[in-house]
Amino acid sequence: MAVGKSVKRIDAVAKVTGRARYTEDFFEPDMLTAKYVRSTIAHGRVTAVNTDKARQIEGVEAVFTYEDVPQTTFATAGHPMALSEVHKDVEDRLLLTRDVRFMGDEIAIVVARNELAASEAAGLVEVEYETYDPLIDPEDILAQDARPIHEGRSNIVGEHNYTFGGDVDQAFDQADHVVEGRFATAMVQHCQLENHIAHAYMDDLDKIVIVSSTQIPHIARRIVGEALGMPLSRIRVIKPFLGGGFGNKQDVVLEPMVAFLTLKLNGRAVQINMTREECMLCTRNRHPFYIDVKTGVMNDGTLVARDMDAISITGAYASHGHAIAAAGGSKQSSLYPKAATRFHARTLYANIPVAGAMRAYGTPQVIYALECATEDAARKIGMDPVEFRLKNVARQGDINLLSNKEILSCGLVECLERGRDFIDWNRKKKDYEQFKTGPIRKGLGVACLSYASGTYPVCVEIAGSRIALNQDGTVHVLVGATEIGQGSDTVVAQMVAQTLSFPYEDVLVVQAQDTDVTPFDTGAYASRQAYVVSNAVFKAANQLRDRILAHAGIMTDEDPKHLDIVNARIVDNRTSEAVMDMKTLAIDSFYHKERGGQLTAEISYKTTTNAPVFGCTFVDVTVDIPLCKITVNQIINVHDSGVIINPVQAAGQVHGGAFMGLGAALSEEFLIDPESGYVYNNNLLDYKFPTFTDVPPLNHDFVETFEPTSGYGNKALGEPPVVSPPPAIRNAVLDATGICINTLPMSPHTLFSAFKSHGFLDGKGGQHV
Amino acid sequence: MTDQVLKQITFTINGVKRSLAIDIRKSLAEVLRQDLGLTGLKQGCGVGECGACSIMVDDVLVDSCIFLAVWADNAAIRTVEGEARDGKLSKVQQAYVDEGAVQCGYCTPGFIMATTAFVEQCEGKTVSDDEIRKAHAGNLCRCTGYQHIFNAVEKSMTPDDPMPGQDDHPNQES
Repeated sequence: MAVGKSVKRIDAVAKVTGRARYTEDFFEPDMLTAKYVRSTIAHGRVTAVNTDKARQIEGVEAVFTYEDVPQTTFATAGHPMALSEVHKDVEDRLLLTRDVRFMGDEIAIVVARNELAASEAAGLVEVEYETYDPLIDPEDILAQDARPIHEGRSNIVGEHNYTFGGDVDQAFDQADHVVEGRFATAMVQHCQLENHIAHAYMDDLDKIVIVSSTQIPHIARRIVGEALGMPLSRIRVIKPFLGGGFGNKQDVVLEPMVAFLTLKLNGRAVQINMTREECMLCTRNRHPFYIDVKTGVMNDGTLVARDMDAISITGAYASHGHAIAAAGGSKQSSLYPKAATRFHARTLYANIPVAGAMRAYGTPQVIYALECATEDAARKIGMDPVEFRLKNVARQGDINLLSNKEILSCGLVECLERGRDFIDWNRKKKDYEQFKTGPIRKGLGVACLSYASGTYPVCVEIAGSRIALNQDGTVHVLVGATEIGQGSDTVVAQMVAQTLSFPYEDVLVVQAQDTDVTPFDTGAYASRQAYVVSNAVFKAANQLRDRILAHAGIMTDEDPKHLDIVNARIVDNRTSEAVMDMKTLAIDSFYHKERGGQLTAEISYKTTTNAPVFGCTFVDVTVDIPLCKITVNQIINVHDSGVIINPVQAAGQVHGGAFMGLGAALSEEFLIDPESGYVYNNNLLDYKFPTFTDVPPLNHDFVETFEPTSGYGNKALGEPPVVSPPPAIRNAVLDATGICINTLPMSPHTLFSAFKSHGFLDGKGGQHV
Repeated sequence: MTDQVLKQITFTINGVKRSLAIDIRKSLAEVLRQDLGLTGLKQGCGVGECGACSIMVDDVLVDSCIFLAVWADNAAIRTVEGEARDGKLSKVQQAYVDEGAVQCGYCTPGFIMATTAFVEQCEGKTVSDDEIRKAHAGNLCRCTGYQHIFNAVEKSMTPDDPMPGQDDHPNQES
């Protein structure tokens, strides 16, 4: 039984030996390097570009400006093609732009024989601008006379409303208490260790090969075709090993440009390898949100009404645009399915870097506000926050009123109970009573989350799998599921091993994605991969199993129904005796002159369900008032993600998510100048994502349920762990200090202002407490 | 390229002596990756912030992206490619595999070298959790939250099994 075991990662040895090859590790002979010329202002229009000096640098092969690129706008979001207008992505991007919409916008590009020449020449391209006031603050963006950031388009990229659970206004009228709060989250960045990188070349007169660090090879192929007006079949995208994405590479960033450049340069290989500073400033980030929340609650602890009004800032280009706010808002219905709920969101353009997909896709922002507001409601009626949640959260059998689907598996109550036990909630609550005054204070916090296992019914959910028996009795598996470090290749191997009854070691997954070869799948995002691929793999493995047994039947003259596969041997199921090993069968199928053939199975499968997942975070914190510092003493994430296919890998996902949540809670933010739109900290020194010394030991637990809509009972896990740590920490700080810090991150800077305004500090370093 | 930017240097790389003419403007990371094809080390920032390019020069851990190649003249260099020998992973590499300390793998070669340097420096000593954390604070990882890496470092520091590599359940979480 391979499922449920912590088998060794399929690619671990390749990675610890340094032999795993990433995009930068592939060299093409005579490959050229391209460097963007980026705007030095946040909002304006280019009036003149002079490339003469740049062209004179030795080694420069070409310079292209906004005048040289196709004038067809395209959408970059890594979504499957939408057949309905309502779900169509915003087509607002050109390969190079004359209209400048953020500081770092792409005006021209230099191609040279080496990086030094390209950089030097890019610096010599002279650009003149007509400048406009940057629009950064939501009030300015929404002002009647605000300049449209995209000509002919509203500054509101998208807007929608939904309600469920009955008449919301009436529910508020009947509530014993109404609690209100205003929340804000920062723009944060993925900081995947491998920057964006891609190169392209032509291996024919009309065929482009792109090697790229992308989460979405098949989607990238389509969008490059759209951007360049080329048939999709003339574009081939290869994804080697990938050094992390977290959503930043669920967007088409470099692929259309490298494809354009190789087309222009007679098929020569051209690479763009972003610097860290460029990658942080000019790829994608997490949307900052401003959220007003109103919560209606009864004295007995029943949550009856919720109203949420959100503004999401998508920055200079739509990218995933309004889909982020819509997706984030939709998670409430599976978390608190009984309250009458209204959600309204608007997504705005702004002259700041571009926001796109990032781990959990709008949900961290919405759930942060929701779980802070839930805490405030529990405190209003004097109810223990864990008890309050236990009373109101989803249970198996509840109906998700937004999708009108029954929640078929839900272990959230047990997640809360286990987390409460782990953190020793009841005892510490009493012990910490003595730490509510003075400079050092202690508190406990909790927050819940719900998430989805894919994007259906908003997007198609399609996965493909091909399995072939090798001559030595092992199998090779091709999937369109995209391994980006999360471990999907390993769990696919486990699933195949489970269904075929093969040893895990005998299942080999073809590592690289190649759109000319691998079955169609839309890629790694939405925590969809293991859930959506599970059904395709399950069906393909069963199909191959049947074919193996059919061939065994021919070889042995037995009815296949009397035969079975047990640990890669053909067994007579009446006697449990081994009939032959898999290699014997395979050799016969390949080389017998009259019977058999290569035994393969292939399935493309569309999943039309979407299982909600659940989880919670518990934290124990110390707040040092004079130092304005929060120390997380203990943290645990408990998740219901259905059956856990690989416990060690799953733990790794939880730790990584919790760690990213800790960063968002305490230290991570883009520091954007409110006047100029300049980003002060687009590097790994000044952008504070936690180092080894900044994180406490990370704990995790799983409440395993069985999800009947999944091939192996599993549900989503990759993104959810990032969601609940920030509100849990905010709630613990509230418990410790009595102060609601409703802005992320809760950095010393934020705490200083809050403590000062509450009279805890005198503003000169002294304290009043 | 003019003669002025080229310099002949000699070093040993993973125990093998090499002599080559290098561009004096290049970092050691660039020479190792571009001139010698040793692509195990990764570049995540180019300015010594992330540690993905960590290697050992004369037994000292360095960020090879900010270490000029000319400084390596006559030095002994170790990179991740030299750690597995005769088809067997080093103890540190094996610990990373066993503890699930590898996800995307981009920081892994740098971490392997950081842990290797740390383990060799601390041989025979007792180290605290804080010392483990500090010794790896120059290496960033965005996938793991460092927890499994911490476990791998601890495992790398335990005395050798009497029968190394003969763990009954190498795939089981301990």
